[in-house]
Amino acid sequence: MRSGTPKGRPAPRRRLPKCPTGIQGLDEVTGGGLPRGRPTLLCGAAGCGKTLLAAEFLVRGAVTFGEPGVLMCFEETGAELEANVASLGFDLPGLVRRKKIVVDHVRVERSEIQETGEYDLEGLFVRLNHSIDSIGAKRVVLDTIEGLFAALPNESILRAELRRLFRWLKDKGVTAIITAERGRGRQMTRKGLEEYVSDCVILLDHRVHERIATRHLRVVKYRGSLHGTNEYPFLIGEDGISVLPITSLALDHPASNGRISSGVTSLDAMLDGRGFYRGSSALLTGTAGTGKTSLAACFAQAAAGRGDRALFFTFEESPRQVLRNMRSIGMNLAPLVKRGALRFHAARPSLYGLEMHLATMFKEIAAFRPAVVVVDPINSLLAAGSDSETRAMVTRLIDSLKAQQITSLFTSLTHDSGPLQQSEIVISSLMDTWLLVRNIESDRERNRGLYVLKSRGMAHSHQVREFLISARGIDLVNAYAGPGGVLVGAARSAQTTRDKAAAMAGRQEARGTDGQAFTHTLERAIGASAHGNGRLRR
Amino acid sequence: MKTMKTPKAKRPRPTLVRFPSKFWELRLYVAGHTSRSLTAFANLTQICEDHLKGRYRIQVIDLVVKPQLSRGDQILALPTLVRRLPEPVRKIIGDLSDTERVLVGLDLRPPPPA
Repeated sequence: MRSGTPKGRPAPRRRLPKCPTGIQGLDEVTGGGLPRGRPTLLCGAAGCGKTLLAAEFLVRGAVTFGEPGVLMCFEETGAELEANVASLGFDLPGLVRRKKIVVDHVRVERSEIQETGEYDLEGLFVRLNHSIDSIGAKRVVLDTIEGLFAALPNESILRAELRRLFRWLKDKGVTAIITAERGRGRQMTRKGLEEYVSDCVILLDHRVHERIATRHLRVVKYRGSLHGTNEYPFLIGEDGISVLPITSLALDHPASNGRISSGVTSLDAMLDGRGFYRGSSALLTGTAGTGKTSLAACFAQAAAGRGDRALFFTFEESPRQVLRNMRSIGMNLAPLVKRGALRFHAARPSLYGLEMHLATMFKEIAAFRPAVVVVDPINSLLAAGSDSETRAMVTRLIDSLKAQQITSLFTSLTHDSGPLQQSEIVISSLMDTWLLVRNIESDRERNRGLYVLKSRGMAHSHQVREFLISARGIDLVNAYAGPGGVLVGAARSAQTTRDKAAAMAGRQEARGTDGQAFTHTLERAIGASAHGNGRLRR
Repeated sequence: MKTMKTPKAKRPRPTLVRFPSKFWELRLYVAGHTSRSLTAFANLTQICEDHLKGRYRIQVIDLVVKPQLSRGDQILALPTLVRRLPEPVRKIIGDLSDTERVLVGLDLRPPPPA
């Protein structure tokens, strides 16, 4: 780069007017929508969602933006199309009745056409023009105009006319989507339509990776506008298409000073006495059976109990199983679920790809607007993708959650010994707080110890606390730290009792009280203490 | 059109009208009085006068005046001549300057061997 000539940002810049599609995520990727008043080429192989995307563009335009639209389809009949988009919850017939959308099925049969000399496609123009003017359409979709190539024998006339058509659409000032079949090799479309539509080209793709299919969208070209250049996964869901929103490409999410309780008072105490930062992300790792889900449920319950909403993604247990198990430790979550304060979303990790899970999670979050999100566990999801995918996915999820100031807790299963999994290293750096639960084995007894590995921006405890799960819930107990070392479990409670007794004995002795009970206590205390010391000396 | 592909249809046929009693109902779609429209109309009347005298009717539809009519006959290309009768419906696109092909399209000539 030459110095003195800073690239970009010339002082006054006229922004290209854009036409919002209303499709989740697509407007973010394109920086506001498709180029207004210009045609956009949408290409992709069969079955990758071109027609649905184009139809959603029209429906959203008619419903949300008050822009009527014309759908000219060359392949499907109006009825077929209506049925197809009805599966996305779009009431196309209703919109047609209310004169918001015109559906025109152009049927051309090669067999009944005889060519006899010069012609043009003025009939198509007249027809389209009539449809546009009849409802004052602002949006036009031509669904697989390449169908014409099969119907009309003279390709040179057709090409000249298509060029004229796209020019005409521009002059007409309508925002148009033209769909086209993906070509072989490097060609974007089978008939080279990209030569004619040069303002914006969007490519859809449907790929299978390790037996999991994911749809991708890429803005190949967008003349006169910045746009996201990546391949973004997208999902065709029950209520339309959502392109995975890349909400924050920059690290500029807000940082709140507010705190949110972890649901366990003694854990809050370890975290500066006040719990997690609002809008931060916490990772809870631990070996099998260390109570990760219980702790996560506790966190969700506390949030729901405070009047916030909590969303619990469970990838290994069914919601009912979680409810039952939590009841066994004194947590009754069912009323919270009934009240709508707590929502479970359960899915098998192998149900679909990582990106699809992410898309589903985004949708759930957008629909439920929770204050708190729990993902239990995240590692079973991570197994579905490679490290780079994993990182991208978790980054996107965390960015999105942070931007919305949603506090999140992710659990992750680790192995007892051995190095950390690569995925853990990858995601742990994205987390603000990392809690670790591990089994501590001593004296033929297994106990759980919890410690705060890191917690950004607070003076957290560095101690290992004993993590107790009982029928009354979760509690953290200070491990016994005495002259003999750190004791947990039965050893800790024995030692604590001895200490109490000794202290009491000491007090009573100082007061000089005597009596049967006192002597008895004193003897017991001394005995126990001697025994304890002896044990500690070993 | 399937009948033409069967072996039966391959037998030599008279080059002139097969069914003299038939009536030709034709619709010519145009857009405005362009030179191409006028050429097509002139070509059509000439052919009809030569081959179908007294047994045809031509209806000219100007889509500039009645654009809504373009849907019914699925008109894309202009000019288009639609042969409503005799059935089946056929579309002949272009300015009808290729008389041989127009005759094939009107079912007055067998299609040229492929």
